[in-house]
Amino acid sequence: MVEELIAQLRALEGEGREAVAGAGAAADVERLRVDLLGRKGRLTGVLRRLGELSAEEKPVVGAEANRVKGELSALLDERDAAFASAAASGGVPRVDLTLPGRARWRGGLHPVTQVVDEICEIFHDLGFARVRGPEVETAEYNFTRLNTPLDHPAADMHDTFYLQDGVVLRTHTSPAQARVMEMFQPPVRVVVPGVVYRRDPFDASHAPAFEQLEGLAVDEGITFADFKATISSFVRRFFGPGAKTRFRPSYFPFTEPSAEVDVSCRICGGTGCSACKGTGWMEIMGSGMVHPRVFENVGYDPERYTGFAFGMGPGRIAMQRYGIPDIRLLYENDVRFLEQLS
Amino acid sequence: MNISYRWLKSLVPTLEGSPRELAERLAMLGAPVDEVVDLGAEIGGVLIARVTEVRPHPNADKLRVCTVDAGTGEPLQVVCGAPNVEAGRLYPFAPVGATLPGGLQIKTARLRGEASEGMLCSARELGLGRDHAGLMTLAGEWAPGTSFRDALGLDDARLVVDVTPNRSELLSHVGIAREAAPGGRADVRLPDFPGGSAVSVDAKPAAENGEAAGVRLSIEDVDGCPRYLAAVIRGVRVAPSPEWLATRLRAVGLRPINNVVDSTNYVLHELGQPLHAFDLAKLAGPEIRVCRAAAGETFVTLDGVERTLEATDLMIADGERSVAIAGVMGGQNSEVGDGTTDVLLECALFDARSVRKTSRRLGLSTDASYRFERGVDPEGMPLALARVAALIVAVAGGAVVGAVDLNPRPFRRRVVELRPERVAKVLGVALPGAEIAALLDAIGFEVEDAGASPLRVSVPGYRPDVEGEIDLVEEVARRRGYDSFPEALGPFRPTEIPQDPSVAVERKVRDVFLRWGFLEARTAAFSPVAENAVPLLNPLSQEEGFLRTTLAPGLLRRVEHNFAHGVRDVRLFQVGTVFFPAADGGVPREELRLAAVFSGASRPPHWSGPAPALDTWDLKGLLDEVARLFPAGSVQPGGAWDLDAVTAEGERFALLSDGSVVGGGGAVDAKSIDAPAWAGTVYALEARLPERVPDVRGVKYAALPTFPASERDLALLVPDSVPSADVETAVRESAGALLEAVFPFDLYAGKGVPEGTRSVGFRLRFRAADRTVTDADVDQAADRVLRALEERHGVRRR
Repeated sequence: MVEELIAQLRALEGEGREAVAGAGAAADVERLRVDLLGRKGRLTGVLRRLGELSAEEKPVVGAEANRVKGELSALLDERDAAFASAAASGGVPRVDLTLPGRARWRGGLHPVTQVVDEICEIFHDLGFARVRGPEVETAEYNFTRLNTPLDHPAADMHDTFYLQDGVVLRTHTSPAQARVMEMFQPPVRVVVPGVVYRRDPFDASHAPAFEQLEGLAVDEGITFADFKATISSFVRRFFGPGAKTRFRPSYFPFTEPSAEVDVSCRICGGTGCSACKGTGWMEIMGSGMVHPRVFENVGYDPERYTGFAFGMGPGRIAMQRYGIPDIRLLYENDVRFLEQLS
Repeated sequence: MNISYRWLKSLVPTLEGSPRELAERLAMLGAPVDEVVDLGAEIGGVLIARVTEVRPHPNADKLRVCTVDAGTGEPLQVVCGAPNVEAGRLYPFAPVGATLPGGLQIKTARLRGEASEGMLCSARELGLGRDHAGLMTLAGEWAPGTSFRDALGLDDARLVVDVTPNRSELLSHVGIAREAAPGGRADVRLPDFPGGSAVSVDAKPAAENGEAAGVRLSIEDVDGCPRYLAAVIRGVRVAPSPEWLATRLRAVGLRPINNVVDSTNYVLHELGQPLHAFDLAKLAGPEIRVCRAAAGETFVTLDGVERTLEATDLMIADGERSVAIAGVMGGQNSEVGDGTTDVLLECALFDARSVRKTSRRLGLSTDASYRFERGVDPEGMPLALARVAALIVAVAGGAVVGAVDLNPRPFRRRVVELRPERVAKVLGVALPGAEIAALLDAIGFEVEDAGASPLRVSVPGYRPDVEGEIDLVEEVARRRGYDSFPEALGPFRPTEIPQDPSVAVERKVRDVFLRWGFLEARTAAFSPVAENAVPLLNPLSQEEGFLRTTLAPGLLRRVEHNFAHGVRDVRLFQVGTVFFPAADGGVPREELRLAAVFSGASRPPHWSGPAPALDTWDLKGLLDEVARLFPAGSVQPGGAWDLDAVTAEGERFALLSDGSVVGGGGAVDAKSIDAPAWAGTVYALEARLPERVPDVRGVKYAALPTFPASERDLALLVPDSVPSADVETAVRESAGALLEAVFPFDLYAGKGVPEGTRSVGFRLRFRAADRTVTDADVDQAADRVLRALEERHGVRRR
């Protein structure tokens, strides 16, 4: 009895397969569905006889019936869909798999954020924690505490937005150095990304507000050699293992010795091109050993502690990396631009 | 600072390498060169030619026809429009085939019918200055056909050096020479001027008051002017400078004026000491006083501008009136001009802060003020005076008849102690005292005893920036070369400074918006809106006059930008800072916020059918998602918080956390965005950034169900006055303990549904933890629910 029913089911499956394959139109598929699987269809006919089976036999035949039902129903569905899409496109009665898939909108981070995150990750591996500083600063923190008297020409290096007497929009992320050191004792290793403000109208290479990223490491025994090694390590990881680093003397009131850091031009590889003005080098950051007077200003013992600090412009780095010719593109937030770079 | 390569080489005969190699060396010494300008390359084809004859042009009043001897043996006919062309004189001449700066190629031409074979040139046409009033006249004698560039020494290079504000001494050729010379200061010399020799200026030492050749001098403000040297030269003949001097000045970008003024400018650029020449005949007294201005006094400076002074401005006055703003600019009333025969030369030291204050207030930055602000070498002043006197005598004649050196506060060199062990501690390399001493000595520092510790280092007057030990450490590192120090990462202790909590929050926020297909935007924090906003004292424009108090408007401007470029599908988000005035008028308060704007289709176009537009329900879904980042966050219909002003009434939501409003969102109203007709509705949302990420440490695992659930759909006729949320609440409260979930799955109003009601389909899911839910369980629960709905809200089954 069991064998007989299973054989019937198998025969039904075989016939059904052939019939579905031979269906010439959507209506044929529907007719077959009723005939094979419908309430009065052939499968139901077989199942009516289940009642004649014992309790042990029933599940065996039932399972087989379910399998056959599933198989046939999938075949019918597939055939249905083929006719449906053929009807939609008016074309051949089969699925055209060269048509594009159904996409979702793709989100993405701003290119500057991507660069900031990448820099922070590298410094995270070098032991630096990511912190934040206020964008509204007192002139005391923005200048004086960083060894920059307001009546000194060094203060002219930044054109400053004033909010009120003695209160400015920070011109650099460096005031966070003083704030961090006043709050914590060494060892200090932090990076501080954030927006800074300069009173420069928008043009191809200037923006009144742009991203900067500060770094600070302070402890006993930190030397110029640690400083150079840390920065070079960052450069190799960020710009690639072949990237060379060059340290040039410079001047920042809050570091001494101070250095500009150049990286070998990524476009020409160091031979000189228009992107690097023929020098083979691209300037990427200002840096140096923390000035002892900054330590004094925050209550650290300059005889005991040494350290280094650096600051760079992720926007400029993004521009170099992606070949963005005009800084304004970073702030227009044109969807087409953002989609390109995310 | 512009440096002429030729000029520099005249000071350092041992200088080797091309201008570009020099630029590279300077960069590595801390004086990067922004640009190397090849001078003279563009005028390589220009010759010196003599105009032998000048005739009127037959067809033009303002043109002349000249015969020119360019050394070719053949006289050339050249048409010239310059008023100053004179037969017999030498002029620069661009023959046919030559090119001029700007790429002008000289060709044979006919001007108003007359042939012209070449062009006689003005200084401006040669790129040698602004003078376009007439042809450039040449003071000197050369054979026609001589290369103009070679004759005038114009094959030079200008190095535009970027001098940092601490290094005032690099604002001079001698300063750069000292750095660049292979042997340092020992290689630098000051050559005699062509046609001149060193002049002895015997400046009589004095304190505040003195006298030179009958001129009384006094310093009334020693703080503002600690030293003032003056020399009187009588019998000068003011005239254009000789070509060598004019060429040097042009090479550094200056316009020659006359031989006396040019001499002062020359020595300023050579030694870095600002100098000024007064016409002695115009000084009342004759007398010179260094004093403060009278408040409100007006004074006309050399540039012809009348300036109003304050009582803190340091001035130079004669017996009756002001004659110069000290350290900034001289006055018209005592200017050296063509009729001048006697001059008084000023070589002074003015207080940096005082000059800076005056210069900034007047908006007048000059070569002199720029140097005084950064510090002028008090030790180099007698040399500078002697040098300029010698130059004037060489190029303008006359003789030094008297000089005085008012020096009421003599300069004393600073002595800085430098511990070699400190050098090692900072630089990581132990250097012997002798090496340190040699490095410092090359640029003018003097070390008493190279074997001592600490080293006692005396600082030359031209290095006012060197105040402490660390400044010397930098000098040692710089002169030795940063490249010479190793890169070695030592072991370091990990910091225990925690990451700022906002970093993790921001990451969560980004995750939400990236999942929803949003692009991150960055906008500047300026806004035109004054209400409850922090004003900028010096904004770039009125449109940027305040700091923003909300993020969404800035993002809406970006939507407009995209619409204007034909982009209709826009989804932008931002995490940024907003600012509020402090209640006590103190430092403004900052707040971190998140915001998003969107418009357009819910997904990219697809052939299978149109994508629905993003709408209110996407906004609410997104807000729900954001609400999950807040403690007890929820979204409710109502006001849109800070977005009330830009959103339309009706489709608005408030975002709540622990019962207080922390954000909102809505459809942007038409007046708040400039959108083209084809654009879809724009939605905006904004919220405070949560202080920290939701704490998941308290979350515990709930066992997954082992028994099947049973579902029941109820189609309910809900009166329009009853919100579906109330229906849902009633269902929850009445369905009993087996209810696992309830949610609306269908909404219908119209045909077949009584007026004043709508049909809402709710799906209820029941489950028991310990058994299979029976039909009877579900029937009973449904009955309870329907009874409760009827009683509370008049809701019946459809």
